[in-house]
Amino acid sequence: MAKGGIVAGCLAPHPPHLVYAENPEQNEPVSEGGWEQLRWGYERLRESLKDVDYDVIVILSPHWQTYVGTHFIGVEKCSSKSVDPVFPNLFRFNYDLTIDVELAKAIHDQAKSEGMSVKMMTNPDFRVDYGTIVSCHMVRPEWDKPIVSISSNRSLSYYSVEVMQEMMIELGKSTAKAIEESGKKCLLIASNSLSHRHFVTETNPPEDMSKEHITSHAMHLWDMRMIEMMREGKSQQIINEMPEFCEQAIAETDGGALTWLLSAMGVPSEPAILHGYGTIIGTGNAIMEWPCRNWGA
Amino acid sequence: MSGEIVKSLIVPAHPHPVLCPEKNEGWQRVRDAYDDARRQIEESDADLIIVYSTLWPSVIGHQIQADPNPEWVMVDADFHDLGSIHYSLRIDTEFAEAWNQANINRGLESRTVSYHGFPVDVGSVVALELLNPDNRIPAVICSTNVYSNRAETTVLAKACMDVVKAQGKKAVAVSVMSLSNRMFTEPIEPHEDRIHSLKDDEWNRKILEFLSEGRLEDVGQLSRTIHDQIRVKKVVAFKPMWWLSAMNDNRNDLTGEVLAYEPIHGAGAAVVVLNPESNGTGDKEYDEDDVDFYGGDRNVLDSDKDAEPKQPINSGPALYDPVEGANAVNTSKAPKPVGAYPHARREGDLIYLSGVGPRQPGDNSIPGGPIKDSNGNPLNYDIKAQTRAVVDNIARILEEAGSSLDKVIDVTSFLVDMDRDFSGYNEVWAETLGKVGPTRTTLAIRALPTPIAVEMKVIAKA
Repeated sequence: MAKGGIVAGCLAPHPPHLVYAENPEQNEPVSEGGWEQLRWGYERLRESLKDVDYDVIVILSPHWQTYVGTHFIGVEKCSSKSVDPVFPNLFRFNYDLTIDVELAKAIHDQAKSEGMSVKMMTNPDFRVDYGTIVSCHMVRPEWDKPIVSISSNRSLSYYSVEVMQEMMIELGKSTAKAIEESGKKCLLIASNSLSHRHFVTETNPPEDMSKEHITSHAMHLWDMRMIEMMREGKSQQIINEMPEFCEQAIAETDGGALTWLLSAMGVPSEPAILHGYGTIIGTGNAIMEWPCRNWGA
Repeated sequence: MSGEIVKSLIVPAHPHPVLCPEKNEGWQRVRDAYDDARRQIEESDADLIIVYSTLWPSVIGHQIQADPNPEWVMVDADFHDLGSIHYSLRIDTEFAEAWNQANINRGLESRTVSYHGFPVDVGSVVALELLNPDNRIPAVICSTNVYSNRAETTVLAKACMDVVKAQGKKAVAVSVMSLSNRMFTEPIEPHEDRIHSLKDDEWNRKILEFLSEGRLEDVGQLSRTIHDQIRVKKVVAFKPMWWLSAMNDNRNDLTGEVLAYEPIHGAGAAVVVLNPESNGTGDKEYDEDDVDFYGGDRNVLDSDKDAEPKQPINSGPALYDPVEGANAVNTSKAPKPVGAYPHARREGDLIYLSGVGPRQPGDNSIPGGPIKDSNGNPLNYDIKAQTRAVVDNIARILEEAGSSLDKVIDVTSFLVDMDRDFSGYNEVWAETLGKVGPTRTTLAIRALPTPIAVEMKVIAKA
């Protein structure tokens, strides 16, 4: 069996506003559009991946928050309605997706063998978190690829960013090893924004773009710094500066997804492609792609 | 109509007491305590259960469930292997809508949610499943705003109480929360369960000691310290105690009973009942601002400087600078008059005050909220807050005149809704001017010039 591999790693933020603005048939609310800068960014990402052959999407979302280790969905067919508890006016999405349980279990087992606390989620009533659904929909709206859904272990809440990163680096290595042994070609998604200070009011309509901007100059500076490091291939420096970034930008990277992604890709020194940047209710969001498929062995 | 909190509860959010109490003696004791609390509610005359859940975070202000019958199957994000809970809840939508409006009246960002499939949080589901399994009593559920701090949380409770009183509810207030919330980060066998650390256990027991003595406001005062010491920072601040304390008028002399205290996967799970009967000890020790209206500290970076102010615009006549003249007494510490007259006038040894309402000097806001919006639509308001503000304004004018509240000799009070407001007005009177002992006449009138519910005409000795 040929070795599996990662064809690309993506930073793919999940604000439900993006799906709301796209008006897919699965989502109940209807919008006039909005957040075009980011939606066009996703369009460029999809174009970049159009001819890339891959078998499965592996995604880590901060909106399946687990405090007792890292969990993996172990139910093959997941079908229900996902309603965002924070923005239910924007996101009520009827989903029907397939889980690659075999690969999920392989990553689970590999992480377990490395001493990590992990658990398979086999309850058929479980609802897939909206972060996973939004990111997957924006990257691959055809929903024709199975996914592996990984929870966000909130080790930062219990310990520190440093401990969170140690765990996510190990989980990333386990993910890469399991993928390699599976023989599958995988697209990896870290589903999170960058700076994450929300506005606490909502415009009417929510897609009124005249009110959209970053919450503060400091958040903007941090976002640009992180993007520049990604564009310059400074993955190790991103990891090094992650504690300050999480604290000062209230960054959603505290959920571990970006660190996990960088680790799974081997902490690359190759540059990432910026497909788009924009704000959503004040938070900073970048759509980035690391085209691992072009890097050679 | 006079509503009140007939009982307050602190209950844990984990699903174990619902799904598998038999697996651990402590979990079973939590379940038994829940059952005991349920019986106490059934034996009371409660007609509403108000749930404030720390497991439902919100960003856009506070959200209040307004679907009359939320139904779904709940699976816990961590403990999915324990099973599923099918829930079908009965929501008091009229109360939910009124609470939402009361929040807005008091300056809060707020909205209701009513959507099929909305994921009611695990804490609310567990609490209502065990406290109200047959939906005999309608409920209302409110989110926890991730950014809100004490002032916002206190005002949230006061807005809720505006509606409890306006609708004459006999309500049970429920804070769904752990004490220490640090869980074990790895799976454990049920028999291995214990409080995560000795330090967490000691803090939990101190909190429960206070609560068993009915010292709810004291626990509220300690919220920030408790949050620093024994809380994993999932949300900002240990706010449910602020909410529950404000729901009980920030009292420190309730009657408390701890029905259970056990570990659930390392976290501190307690069932506590607080009854409004005074335990006979301890006066209120309230040394933080008792905020009535949320002025907001948000959107300070918003570039839209033309946005309308959040505070309701109080429709009414134009304001005047108080008339100066011989014997006139005026002060910038009292609200501007609505006509050409002074705040007070001294004649011999007596001071005659013009009619005094609750409007605040400077921003013209009305503590307790206006009685109607700018379109004339009635709003819920707090007569006690308005009456207190009237007395405060009187005191400021008298102070300017060199007099004081204890020299008031005669008062004529005007209420726009005698049936609704006399009781609350009378209660504040007893706490303030009632202790001075002036003669008093109270009249019902059709309206006042501004959207207020109470005004007083005062004569005092100089």
